[in-house]
Amino acid sequence: MVRTAVLLLLLATTLPATAGTAATGGEALYREECGACHLAYPPRFLPAESWRALMAGLADHFGEDASLAPATAAAIESYLVAHARTRRVRADRWPPLRISELRWFRHEHEEEVSPRAFRRAGTWANCGACHRDAERWRFDDD
Amino acid sequence: MLRGACRMLVLPAVLIAGTAAAAGPGPDQRALLEHYRRLAGVESFSPERGRTFFLAKHQGGKPETPSCTTCHTDDPRGPGRTRAGKPIEPMALSVNPRRYTDPKKVEKWFRRNCRSVLGRECTPREKGDFLAFMFSQ
Repeated sequence: MVRTAVLLLLLATTLPATAGTAATGGEALYREECGACHLAYPPRFLPAESWRALMAGLADHFGEDASLAPATAAAIESYLVAHARTRRVRADRWPPLRISELRWFRHEHEEEVSPRAFRRAGTWANCGACHRDAERWRFDDD
Repeated sequence: MLRGACRMLVLPAVLIAGTAAAAGPGPDQRALLEHYRRLAGVESFSPERGRTFFLAKHQGGKPETPSCTTCHTDDPRGPGRTRAGKPIEPMALSVNPRRYTDPKKVEKWFRRNCRSVLGRECTPREKGDFLAFMFSQ
């Protein structure tokens, strides 16, 4: 009981501080809004064209309504476009809308991920199922 | 500064009280329910109707998300999971008393999720019944 109370006190004193920093900047907004449902994927994985197309289609985002207030969406889009991939990337369609459509992604994953590991993850969107540091955009742990 | 200090003192007290007594809705949550009650023009909301709505398979939405339970599961006290694999905190107020304290956030998720599941926005009465159910859990 005492331990719970101390834990809660600690939580309560740290929470307002994190909430304060989370509200500023494009990356924080991106992580907060997009990261609520899926890993906030590294912007450098997709070219600017992809991010623009994704942000234009949030009302039907892979089968869900992910619409945002216009100002929030604009701030997130600027951040994503500014940090997008600039080098050429090969994909099944253009612009690619899923990272799993990129040739390098398929090459890296398709032979390495066992059917069992994939079932556990449920979807290619669930990077964190295997990559423990995915939230920090580190994927070199395989 | 003063506000920050107050929050630091009040929040732990509220949290401890909340866990110790498993209290019902706090002032913010009651105000939110009252807001929807006025919009709906009803006397009160029905947790039972909220439960039915939560568990129902709806028509008109996106095929990937026919029900609230697609992501939240049929146990509001347990965690859910997004279709992309992220955990969702429990919906029941008793296990997650910090929910439903930010009206803007509540409206954002109602707007999106009602469009996904029902293909339209939810009515104030549906929202109120839903909240009444979650507050009762």
